[in-house]
Amino acid sequence: MPAAKKQPPIRVLIAKPGLDGHDRGAKVVARALRDAGMEVIYAGLRQTPEAIVQAAMEEDVDIVGLSILSGAHMALIPKILELMRKERSGRIPVFVGGIIPDEDARQLRKLGVKAIFGPGASLEEIVKSAKRLAGRAS
Amino acid sequence: MSPARRFPPAAQALIDGDRRALARLITGAENDDPGAREVLRAIYPHTGHAWLIGLAGPLGVGKSSLINALLAHVRSLGKKVAVVAVDPSSPFSGGSVLGDRIRLDRPPDDPGIFIRSMATRGHAGGLARATREVVRLLEAAGFGIVLVETVGSGQVDVEIRQVATTSVVVLVPHLGDEVQTLKAGLFEIADVFCVNKSDLPGADRARRDLAELASLGSVDPGWRVPVVATSTTIPSGIPELWQAIEAHEHYLDSSGKRLEGERRRLTQEILALAESRFVADLSRDPSLPRRVEPVLAHRIDPETAARRWWQERRKGRA
Repeated sequence: MPAAKKQPPIRVLIAKPGLDGHDRGAKVVARALRDAGMEVIYAGLRQTPEAIVQAAMEEDVDIVGLSILSGAHMALIPKILELMRKERSGRIPVFVGGIIPDEDARQLRKLGVKAIFGPGASLEEIVKSAKRLAGRAS
Repeated sequence: MSPARRFPPAAQALIDGDRRALARLITGAENDDPGAREVLRAIYPHTGHAWLIGLAGPLGVGKSSLINALLAHVRSLGKKVAVVAVDPSSPFSGGSVLGDRIRLDRPPDDPGIFIRSMATRGHAGGLARATREVVRLLEAAGFGIVLVETVGSGQVDVEIRQVATTSVVVLVPHLGDEVQTLKAGLFEIADVFCVNKSDLPGADRARRDLAELASLGSVDPGWRVPVVATSTTIPSGIPELWQAIEAHEHYLDSSGKRLEGERRRLTQEILALAESRFVADLSRDPSLPRRVEPVLAHRIDPETAARRWWQERRKGRA
């Protein structure tokens, strides 16, 4: 009998909904999560809400990170949350990175987004938060 | 007997085509969960008929793009198809970035496609440890065709042959000069050669070199390895690539080689599973530290220590 098995890695989907092409932030976060030992499914640019929700389901991820800099967050993120609920993925915590005004951030939190990171956020903070959201607070 | 009654509910959900159950069971297989193992036991009698098509080849030759093109083609023929895309785990952090999905473009509401990314988690050979189990889950869920993308292969990442019924080795122009030196390893496992990026100069040369290599015979004397030129940017050659794969699958059936290949693969699988148990058992043997000492002091050599250990254990068991 294998004694005290190692915990399996956290699986996280990183995707960019919407039409802006600024994927540097998403890539930097993907790398940081990789270096923290997570399996990052990088879905990349210009993903539709449907494709993101599909990927989260097929990849059976523990958390979903969305990067958005186009200003369309109030249209796209609620749509993704709604689809996730419909597809029985509502339990998967979602965090968001990008330029999100405070008022919108409050709204998004109310809709169920678990964490929001603006331009000043440190990678350490994001990694810590991702672990906590995946139920692996250190 | 009625297997349906003894079926774990998760196995039934899987067979009924519940995609979420499939996704969770894949995670369970990757993590070696007891629940997933139970399901794998239950579904095993229902598996073994899928076409498992492996794509192997060096980094950046276009394996993901080819799979994307094949997905669309196979769907246009009305067949269900799944993709397992393997990328490496970091030897430092254990983490990974699984980026093959980015090239796979498909209507999100098509239930005839299922895509899953896997990390190697330290397993060598170009695949993840649980690849076989995952492929069986996909088959049980109704995916009769599974495309397996290996990590970008080096010359000896040939484990795909232990999983796939048809192995496609993907190359690009200007690897041609390497043909002779690369012959052992990756070049030996091909059931189909694919020269991708054939819109680039040098494609004809690469194709000729491979055709010549193929004409010298392959591991299976009854099969002449075809060479197909493809380009995913034009695109061209995709139906031809699929025809070559189909031809090989049909050859396996008509020649009786399918069973032979399956016997070879399962023998290897059982051996590897038994080996990992033996090794786990051995590594917990309390006599091990004491056996290292005389070797450390250079009184006896490692081979002698291992042989004595083995003999004593055999006697102890008898």
